[in-house]
Amino acid sequence: MTADVAESIRADAPDRARAVVLEATGMTRRFGGLVAVNDVSFTVNDGEVFGLIGPNGAGKTTLFNLMTGLIQPTSGRLHYRGADITALRPHQVAARGIARTFQNIRLFGNLSAVENVMIAQHVHTRSGVLAGVLGLPPAPAEARATRKKAMELLDLVGMADRAETKAVNFAYGDQRRLEIARALALEPHVLLLDEPAAGMNPSEKQTLSGFIRSVRERFDLTVLLIEHHVPLVMGLCDRIAVLNFGKLIALGPPHVVQKDPAVIEAYLGDAG
Amino acid sequence: MSDFFHAHSSVIVSMVFAAVLGLSLYLPLMAGQLSLASPGFYALGGYVAAVFSTKIFNVASGAHFPIPYLLIEMIVAAVLCGALAIIVGIPALRLRGIYLALATVAFVEILRVVSLNLKITGGAVGIFKIPQPFRSTLQYLWIALPLLILAMAFVYRLEKSRIGRAFTAIREDELAADAMGIAPTYHKVLAFTMGAILAGIVGTVSAHFLNTWNTRQGDFNASITVLAIVLIGGSRTFLGPVLGGLVLTALPEILRSVADIGGLPHWLAQFLKDGRLIIFGLLLVLCTVFFPQGIITPEFLGRVRRLFSRRPRATTADEARAAP
Repeated sequence: MTADVAESIRADAPDRARAVVLEATGMTRRFGGLVAVNDVSFTVNDGEVFGLIGPNGAGKTTLFNLMTGLIQPTSGRLHYRGADITALRPHQVAARGIARTFQNIRLFGNLSAVENVMIAQHVHTRSGVLAGVLGLPPAPAEARATRKKAMELLDLVGMADRAETKAVNFAYGDQRRLEIARALALEPHVLLLDEPAAGMNPSEKQTLSGFIRSVRERFDLTVLLIEHHVPLVMGLCDRIAVLNFGKLIALGPPHVVQKDPAVIEAYLGDAG
Repeated sequence: MSDFFHAHSSVIVSMVFAAVLGLSLYLPLMAGQLSLASPGFYALGGYVAAVFSTKIFNVASGAHFPIPYLLIEMIVAAVLCGALAIIVGIPALRLRGIYLALATVAFVEILRVVSLNLKITGGAVGIFKIPQPFRSTLQYLWIALPLLILAMAFVYRLEKSRIGRAFTAIREDELAADAMGIAPTYHKVLAFTMGAILAGIVGTVSAHFLNTWNTRQGDFNASITVLAIVLIGGSRTFLGPVLGGLVLTALPEILRSVADIGGLPHWLAQFLKDGRLIIFGLLLVLCTVFFPQGIITPEFLGRVRRLFSRRPRATTADEARAAP
């Protein structure tokens, strides 16, 4: 499916046609001879839950890495609220309000849960070396506020009672939730979740969908989601983009994508 | 007791200097950067003191060197080392791990060769007759101890601050820290610069203390010595390098005293006296095998704390439960 087909789908659903938040144009990334992401263009609208699916090795995580500045595209541009953010470093992307979690969880393992969440508030605080060391304003007030907010976020993901436990000692599902709490500490506008259900048990997966929806409402987020768990994707996403061998092969609402022959052949066909 | 302190005054002051120098290596390590540049900045600080006190400040021979002058030298050394650290740090800190360590060793070597060939640093001979601010060696503790305590307090407070947390995040996972809005290069250069400033300040005091300053103060051996301080002491809590500096500097003297106890077989006494370097090297090897994180680790401190509190702490129960 091409970009103009996607446009027509959006025209079919005018109630969702809110402002464009992210716009990827011709994003391509080569690793030597391999084209991991091949001329991918799409837009993400304000407030939607945008799913990104595809078989293993389709380039989903590479696309996330391109969108958060972890790697640079070989060609193509990325705009965020009209501004070109293609060449920004990861911390600059994060400071603009695009937060992410990682497929292979990347918590600060030797630090406690609350410290992990406190660290992510870095861009929203400003006390420097001297203020921090000497305890001068704004450091003490900031430190209190940072911890308080971290505890609130831990409470939101149901981990406030284990705030002082080292991140490395948590079970897989808890680590995923802690990563979401850490990403939320950045006060993002856009949240990129890379396989949030991976490693969770069935009951955790059940609650995850409602959790993501409630977080989106509460923080007024736009959510991008890579996920293999089909019920989660189908139930949660407003629109779904399907990648196969680095190319965007379909884009649209779940029920349309589900019936797309190309998708069935590439992805759902394999799964069935 | 006072006799003991006076007899070993030189070692005691050196121990404190080594502890501060260990902390100067710990600062970049807080951000996960293994830099061996400290001896270079230490040497630079020493040259600042040597040049200022013998060529710029006019002190009548025989008179005591005024303390305010010493403080001026410390400030000049701090500014100079800080500026140089930023210039060197920005390109060097793009390197990771062992490559950064090698680049900083090269930096120390460049500084050594430069000072060997400059006129102002006295070339190979160095600078002699650096005036003394104190009447006795032991009085250097009036400067050295506050310096150590201030540096320890600084690092202790820093670790709990916003910037310190950013350092820790980079040490734990630079990529994740970057994705969480922490600029890695800025914080790495900041940590490196603070270490350089501390090393430079120790150098100024050390130059007066040693009375003479030459290129041997900042050579490859010095890099290895500070590395040993941090490796053996421990690199994950600031108490590691402090204790490492104190103990490793005292060790040769302790060995010598043990040899002098008498009653030991002649060969053993001789070995303890003259085989210091062998023992030192052996210790380094044994520590890297049995204490790869150094002797003083956060876990070690936790055990010590529990030993005194007796009550099992909540975190240990958690750790036991979550252990796979």
